[in-house]
Amino acid sequence: MSALIFSPRAAPAQRLDLSPLIPQNLAGRSAAEIASLELQTTRVRVTAGDAFRIRMGDPGAIVIEGGAERFDRVGAGMSSGSIRVEGDVGVEAGRRMSGGQLTICGDAGPFAGSGMKGGALDIEGDAGERLGAPLSGETVGMSGGVLHVRGDAGERAGDRLRRGFILIEGGAGAYAGSRMIAGTLAIGGEAEELPGYLMGRGTIMLGRGATLLSPTFGDCGEYELVAARLLAGYVAQASAKLADLFRRPLTRLAGDLAALGKGEILIPRA
Amino acid sequence: MREMTVNGVAIDDTFAEAFDMRATALVITAPSARWAAQAAQTMTGFATSVIGCGCEAALESVRSPQETPDGRPGVRVLMFAVSTAELQRQLQNRVGQCVLTSPGSACYAGIDAGDDKLKLGDAIRFFGDGWQIAKRLGPRRYWRIPVMDGEFVCESTTYLTKKAVGGGNLIIMGESPAKTLAASEAAAQAMRKVADVIMPFPGGIARSGSKVGSKYKGAIASTNDRYCPTLKGAVDSDLSPEIGSVLEIVIDGLTSDAVANAMRAGLAAIVEMGPEKGALRVGAGNYGGKLGRHHYHLKDLIP
Repeated sequence: MSALIFSPRAAPAQRLDLSPLIPQNLAGRSAAEIASLELQTTRVRVTAGDAFRIRMGDPGAIVIEGGAERFDRVGAGMSSGSIRVEGDVGVEAGRRMSGGQLTICGDAGPFAGSGMKGGALDIEGDAGERLGAPLSGETVGMSGGVLHVRGDAGERAGDRLRRGFILIEGGAGAYAGSRMIAGTLAIGGEAEELPGYLMGRGTIMLGRGATLLSPTFGDCGEYELVAARLLAGYVAQASAKLADLFRRPLTRLAGDLAALGKGEILIPRA
Repeated sequence: MREMTVNGVAIDDTFAEAFDMRATALVITAPSARWAAQAAQTMTGFATSVIGCGCEAALESVRSPQETPDGRPGVRVLMFAVSTAELQRQLQNRVGQCVLTSPGSACYAGIDAGDDKLKLGDAIRFFGDGWQIAKRLGPRRYWRIPVMDGEFVCESTTYLTKKAVGGGNLIIMGESPAKTLAASEAAAQAMRKVADVIMPFPGGIARSGSKVGSKYKGAIASTNDRYCPTLKGAVDSDLSPEIGSVLEIVIDGLTSDAVANAMRAGLAAIVEMGPEKGALRVGAGNYGGKLGRHHYHLKDLIP
């Protein structure tokens, strides 16, 4: 069975909430039922049928043919199947997703993968600020799954990360991995100032270091860690480039010693 | 007892009687194959019989770097005990004292599925005194415990199988100690190529087969006088005059099929060697068939 395809009719006139268009919500619905799902975020009603030409197919494999910065909450809450967006998306892509595969072929806005619990989120372009991070008032960010960004990420990527992997092949903005609870954040390029700010536990890989490292991280020396071999093997499933970083001799910085201090920043030998 | 003869080696029409056991497996890695083997040998050194050691354990196979979780040389160890609680106790004591302590070692689950889980790193992690770090990679979770040469990495749990079998055996009888040992060594070597089995006695071979009970109070087992050649003329011996030495190979396996395969391989090696260089006769140990659920008839295993 071929994919269920949503083809945008025009650039959206308002921000749209695409979170209803996830596999577990579309399974068993007719074309008319899917077309009548409401996506508006203002008082002007917009249905899926208004925004997209819909070609029925397997609701477990959804394709959105084209993106827009106003497509918010794409794949939010998805638990299975796959969604592929052939373009950019707005805020909160893959928020609280617990399974399945969400692929964004373009850039993602702020809070991509916010609070995600499982599954795989693949962003082929850049990600906005607070990748995987909690919204205001929430205590925990991403708690499972693999979030892979091919480009750069904005500020505070991996804020309050608790479990799972955030893999950024490019650079990251300031305060990457701030307040990390645990989990693993790997940055292939350079990080801007103060990565790991107030992190308690967890691992941050800085492929090319940072513009400014906090003095509250203690240099523990350079090692070839067995744990890094295991990490390399796991990361290699998503990114060979980032996996290679874990195979080099690694300088281990313990911190943030201004907080719990049981986390680490790893910097590979150049 | 009726006998069959294959390539000049007499094979008793009898069977080995074996028991249900609980078992687990580990993969131990190290910077070199020598140190992986060293950790495994230390851990399994005093693990020949559940009667006195609490468990039966041995090195099952050598693993190449491509076959281990961390890409370093490794070995696989199997461990058998009579209860889950005893297996757990033996596992954490032995890993804690012998693998954790071995330079450069790391320790992983050696079976991917089973009836229950045993604590591995989850029991050892407290050695880290708060500095231990957990890493979850997909379905697997590892502990990193800081030690004086770096970190000891240990998977959090391993699986337990309740389908394991302990006590498969061959009794090898020959004209002289040297010939009997030669046949036994050939059999043990052939059995080591079989997956999922161990021969827990020294080099895989036991010279002190036992019978149940004793004339002395408090001893639950004693020497198997019917198979002691020096008592041939004194007791109701099972040995004919030409038998001058007897050795036994005991086999524990993760499955009953694995035990049968090992016995088949061992029997084939003994028969191939023939009576001139090796054994005159092969038998097997049982308790009349009433104690153990698994019976391996030699006539079904003849090559």
